[in-house]
Amino acid sequence: MIEIENLRKEYRQRDRTVVALDGVSLTVRPGEIFGVVGQSGAGKSTLIRCVNLLERPTSGVVRVNGQDMTRLRGAELRRARQRIGMIFQHFNLLSSRTVAENVALPLEVMGYPRRERQRRVAELLALVGLEDRADAYPAQLSGGQKQRVGIARALAAEPAVLLSDEATSALDPETTQSILALLRDLNQRLGLTILLITHEMGVVKEICHRVAVLEAGRIVESGTVAELASRPGSHLATTLFPRPALNGNRPDGLLATLMFVGAAADAPVMTTLVRQFSVDVNVLSGSIELVQGERIGQLQVALSGDRIDEALEWLRGQGLGVEVH
Amino acid sequence: MGWFDLWPSLREALFATLYMVSVSAVIAVLGGLPIGVLLIATDRGGLFPAPLVNRVLSGIVNLGRSIPFIILMVALIPVTRAIVKTSLGSTAAIVPLSIAAIPFYARVAETALREVDRGLIEMAQAVGCNSWQVVAKVLIPEALPGLVRGLTITLISLIGHSAMAGAIGGGGLGDLAIRYGYQRFETDVMVATVVTLIILVQVVQGVGDRLAALLQHR
Repeated sequence: MIEIENLRKEYRQRDRTVVALDGVSLTVRPGEIFGVVGQSGAGKSTLIRCVNLLERPTSGVVRVNGQDMTRLRGAELRRARQRIGMIFQHFNLLSSRTVAENVALPLEVMGYPRRERQRRVAELLALVGLEDRADAYPAQLSGGQKQRVGIARALAAEPAVLLSDEATSALDPETTQSILALLRDLNQRLGLTILLITHEMGVVKEICHRVAVLEAGRIVESGTVAELASRPGSHLATTLFPRPALNGNRPDGLLATLMFVGAAADAPVMTTLVRQFSVDVNVLSGSIELVQGERIGQLQVALSGDRIDEALEWLRGQGLGVEVH
Repeated sequence: MGWFDLWPSLREALFATLYMVSVSAVIAVLGGLPIGVLLIATDRGGLFPAPLVNRVLSGIVNLGRSIPFIILMVALIPVTRAIVKTSLGSTAAIVPLSIAAIPFYARVAETALREVDRGLIEMAQAVGCNSWQVVAKVLIPEALPGLVRGLTITLISLIGHSAMAGAIGGGGLGDLAIRYGYQRFETDVMVATVVTLIILVQVVQGVGDRLAALLQHR
């Protein structure tokens, strides 16, 4: 479990102060995959580095499993860091060490005896499906394999939480899927709590339970992924369902965006709408995404007819998100 | 002097050179590597930033490197006398050679260590390494190919300096070339020494390159 309260991080540059994090609060519950999305420069990197104190926050509290990280220094801080796994965008494997030796690094630091190290490394490599590459050097591995080594290393000390710093951003889409599947699997099998930062909405859609959107050092929206994806106008929804191109001329009628979630996505809403309120529906664009196993759809329509207001009211009553443009 | 008569003195000179160069190189690494580590560790954004220490250390290194070797050699005679009780011979030459090579290797090591990706240091800290472990487990192993290449450069520069040390009675190939080849106009001695030096440098460079490639798992 990770609790971040009112976190603030400022950088002093010669004559000015840059605020990277401006009062960020969030809680990652045990066993949850929590995503923080945002564009580069939004403060994501700083946020995740403040969790294991690679960067010391200017003010605010970071608690990992109840322990206030910001109070720790020296040996205590290093011990606490050993309980927090971290994976990186560029993998950060030591080129001078074999795969097995890379995975063994945290164990060496923790003072595991040699024999136990070997046993644990074999276990970890099996966990990430790389048992046959133990003696390879990182340079001989593909990007996806490198990240698997990174994951094995991060899990070596049996951490309760895993920090993922853009772990799939340097990978191609297919490899990204396999790494995300591995993370989801580890989350389910080991109950691993994961805080991940990414700029890829696809990653959030794929594996996150809850998400926060970071903008200029502040959280501008947060909630479950399904919740945000189905909220018209939310950052998540607009990224997942881009607006249609209307080739310049605005179609006749009232432009509206309808969001369907779960049961509403399966009901024959459109037919009822047309029959009951005798409105004309002109579908401009539409798509349905599978988010966390739930169907979330969005439809852009142009409506015309006399009873539009009534119709919209009825749609809201059916549990649809309605946004009029 | 024929080639056959030349060999014993050439061999003796070669061994003297190898002795001076190898001992000085060991001292250069023992002294220079820690300084190189300190230079990057105390730098801004380093492992334990200390701008003042960094500036002073950097200044001392620059000072050591700015004095021409021939002058350093003469200036250090009292120091040499104090350490090895004489200012003549190969052992005495090791003192100025080492003192010149330490700052040289310190800079070379600094450059090699700086090449290590910052992300690796961050990773090491994230798994709970202390500063010493970051140096021992990440910085030095990752910079090793560069450190070896730097050592090659240092060795070759030491071979050149050792020839100069020969001029003030340090013995070795330089001494042989100057005394016989230059002062007595024995061209064949000069040629033999120069050829030996060429071969020596080629071997050092070749072995250094091979070793660096072997250590580079890329």
